[in-house]
Amino acid sequence: MSGTTAAAGGHHGEPGGFLRKYVFSADHKMIARQYMFISLFWAAVGGYFAYIIRWQLAHPEADIPLFGRPIGPDEYNAFVTMHGTIMVFFVAMPLLLASFGNFLIPLMIGARDMAFPRLNMLSVWVLGAASALLLLSFFVEGGPAAGGWTGYPPLSARTAYVGADKGMDLWLLALALEFASFLMGGINFLVTPLNMRTRGMGLLRMPLFVWMVMIASLLFLLSVGPLVAGAVMLLLDRNLGTSFFLASGGGDPLLWQHLFWFFGHPEVYVILLPGLGAMMEVMPTFSRKTIFGYRPIIVAVLVAGALSFVVWAHHQYISGLDPRLATPFSVTTILISVPFALIVFALLATLWGGSIRLATPMWFAVGGLAVFIFGGLTGIFNGSAAVDIYIHDTYFVVAHFHSTFFSALFLAGFAAIYYWYPKMFGRMMNEALGQIHFWGTFLFFLAVFVPMHLVGVGGMMRRIANPGQYEFLAPLSGLNRMITMSAVLLLLSQFFFAFNFFWSMFRGRRAPDNPWEGTTLEWTTPSPPPHGNWPGEVPQVHHPPYGYGLPGAGEDWVPQHRPAPSGAGAGR
Amino acid sequence: MFAWLPENVSTFGGDIDSIFRFIYYIVGFWFLATQGFLIYCLIRFRRRPGRRPPYLHGNNLSQAAWILLPLVIVLVLDLWIDFRSADVWAKVKVGGPRPDVVIEVTGKQFNWIMTYPGPDGRFGTADDKKVENELHVPVNKVVQVVLRGEDVIHSFFLPQLRLKQDVVPGRAIRAWFQATKPGKYEIPCAELCGFGHSGMKGWLHVHAEAQYKEWARKMWPGS
Amino acid sequence: MSTAAHASAGAAESTPFPSAKLGIWWFLASEIMVFGGLIVSYLLFRMAGPGWSAELHHNSTLLGTVNTLILLTSSFTMVEVHRAHGRGEEAKFRLHLALTILLGLVFLAIKGAEYTAHIREGLVPAKSMFWAFYFGMTGLHGLHVLGGIVANACLYAVAARPGGVARYGHRAEMNGLYWHFVDVVWIFLFPLLYLG
Ligand SMILES: [Cu+2]
Ligand SMILES: [Cu+2]
Repeated sequence: MSGTTAAAGGHHGEPGGFLRKYVFSADHKMIARQYMFISLFWAAVGGYFAYIIRWQLAHPEADIPLFGRPIGPDEYNAFVTMHGTIMVFFVAMPLLLASFGNFLIPLMIGARDMAFPRLNMLSVWVLGAASALLLLSFFVEGGPAAGGWTGYPPLSARTAYVGADKGMDLWLLALALEFASFLMGGINFLVTPLNMRTRGMGLLRMPLFVWMVMIASLLFLLSVGPLVAGAVMLLLDRNLGTSFFLASGGGDPLLWQHLFWFFGHPEVYVILLPGLGAMMEVMPTFSRKTIFGYRPIIVAVLVAGALSFVVWAHHQYISGLDPRLATPFSVTTILISVPFALIVFALLATLWGGSIRLATPMWFAVGGLAVFIFGGLTGIFNGSAAVDIYIHDTYFVVAHFHSTFFSALFLAGFAAIYYWYPKMFGRMMNEALGQIHFWGTFLFFLAVFVPMHLVGVGGMMRRIANPGQYEFLAPLSGLNRMITMSAVLLLLSQFFFAFNFFWSMFRGRRAPDNPWEGTTLEWTTPSPPPHGNWPGEVPQVHHPPYGYGLPGAGEDWVPQHRPAPSGAGAGR
Repeated sequence: MFAWLPENVSTFGGDIDSIFRFIYYIVGFWFLATQGFLIYCLIRFRRRPGRRPPYLHGNNLSQAAWILLPLVIVLVLDLWIDFRSADVWAKVKVGGPRPDVVIEVTGKQFNWIMTYPGPDGRFGTADDKKVENELHVPVNKVVQVVLRGEDVIHSFFLPQLRLKQDVVPGRAIRAWFQATKPGKYEIPCAELCGFGHSGMKGWLHVHAEAQYKEWARKMWPGS
Repeated sequence: MSTAAHASAGAAESTPFPSAKLGIWWFLASEIMVFGGLIVSYLLFRMAGPGWSAELHHNSTLLGTVNTLILLTSSFTMVEVHRAHGRGEEAKFRLHLALTILLGLVFLAIKGAEYTAHIREGLVPAKSMFWAFYFGMTGLHGLHVLGGIVANACLYAVAARPGGVARYGHRAEMNGLYWHFVDVVWIFLFPLLYLG
């Protein structure tokens, strides 16, 4: 075994100098923070765009406060496109998968760093380059991409159709770099848990969060290829005059949709699984109960992951696909509810009989579970091909996927931030501000997205800049204004978080090693952990995680690194 | 919830709405069951001094049965939804009845262009008539639209008739409907198609038989 | 490396496979999906129409075959590099590595000559679906060949130092896995774009 793969052993000292420490760092904990700041920056931008979109829908053609003027329909399309692109690729993936994946995998499995620290540094820098290209696209002539985050050709393939010119190409290049970044990251997230585990840490003793990140990375690696191929074809269509997606030259617009959604559905789980993984860490700790069904959960996620490769055409029921294909895809789609129902039941069973303390991380985890159930259930409507005829491309779809994404990305994401912040920054966040933040986020989320389903039932189409142009949407204008008001309040609630996040970094109470009395390895080292993660030896592992309430144990919890008391029935 | 649905005026719209309701009741049941359980747990099992939670790992069959049994119910209900949904899908989208009237609809940034075959009932003849954004059909007759796209993808949407079908350049996609109530209904475009997407719409005029004949007489005087 | 150092770095490796090898395998798995997406798209279009035999005849089977043989040979020399590392034969290591780089460059030169001839004839990517796929697929493959050449050149640079082979020679195996993959992709592209 050579220095190439185990670079950050105890023999390395802490790198000196500001640049080496904060910028060109190969330490997974610093890289995790870099990912977090990139995603929080983009979350602010994406949230601002959401505000512009909502304001326009409630008060079409009016001046938008904090923007200064009304926006035109072409700008509206650009804002919608960028909001989706940013939130999916530049907020959700960096925060859940990359930031927490980077921070937690080595700490949870007992490694001193990731398997490939320099590749890790490269991946965050490539994401930085992708971010720069995306930012640049706002300032080129013709504006940024405006073909929707799904970029369907022929619209996206010709400047004459979409309006955006170089902005479209920059968007494609930014996505290509983002994919490259997560390919590199994904290799780390897969190989590190496979190969860098400490003694005693069997695969089936890893915390579930690590499992979720591994499976998410696997899904990403196996699904993104066809879309990379599609992006190459679209770039050729745009710049070399080919016609891969243009019927006039012998191509087929639907090919892009197949390539996009073959990736697109697994991508949903790439975002969802780390969020669920965070819930699976927080819930046992705050209910002092072991996770219910550790192994069934892993099996269920693998089944859902496999199914996610054979459901993509549910985005295309009415796309002109052979209508006889809709029913098989409808069946596989609705069957995905079975493994996810198992996960939900397992989490509910984890709460049953527990000793539940509702601190901020737990509120966000429980709220996230509640919203995830809601979003999962509304997905059944979309999965049914018959119902989809009516609700496809309406706000029902928008409301549905925001419910699932918001629960995984923001509710579970906030749970993760409040839970691991002490470990990451060495200080506690303020509990009162956290609870205010939770209730603001949770209640105003409901006030935005529950009525948005009704707007969809009313038939309002996605991506229209002005519902006032349609008579049949007139009854929905009151709902739309109410949603916008709630969305503004939802965004304002985030200032409680922003203040808490930055204020606590300097003024928060110093965090002990294990503020929540967790059982996994990240709580066995100082907060924040030193370079190399443990000041002395890496702890050994003696039993599975979540050792709460082990029969025969004197205390109500036994951390993974402490030998279980004799006779304690760790049933696995 | 269902009060927000636009009034249904097509023969198959009721079938789609009934699947909608069917799923609503099933997921409504699960919603209440799971959220009720969740809230119950948060109240009943809140932290109290001296409580020691049981050790339930759920990895063997006797414990996992608590979550596997409800899973069987989920599976059965899923398949039930699948079967009912497949029937309605087949009725609306696969094949379709013999049309009484055929009209070509072409989506073009940012208009719907309707081509009527005229009295001879054939396309490509001298009596074809092209009209922008106005689709006239008789009530209670099976109407087939042949959907073509000229530039980008559009989507032909009849909210009150519960019909939606993407319009794809390079393809002629057939869709059908049978309106049950005379009136004037909007035909929005439902797929992002450029800066004019918002506001790209036409009108569907469903005429009673007499008015339809009147309209045809004005369109093709002397025939 | 001593066992004590292993213990301090966590466990050495928890599976029998070196991390670098696992990493390359995952990377290649995703690469298979990239080329798989292209090849499946190609086949769908080809089968949907009357076929592309007329366009295929513009491609020189001779040059294609030569290039196939070149890549196959280079895979062989790449294996020799890896073997030389195992036996500690430094000169042989560098020689075969240089040969692999050279063969890669010859492959690209022939490909470049073909491109030039096609473009002179007006057979540009925009000409038809076949030429779009031809340039798209061989272009992406060519970039992968270039990437392999760069990786091998980097290896050569460090292996040329005194003691370099002993220290960095194990990387030949990783480069080799990637190089064989690039070779295998070409084995698929060759019949699709040159034959029948
Ligand atoms: Cu999907
Ligand atoms: Cu349109």
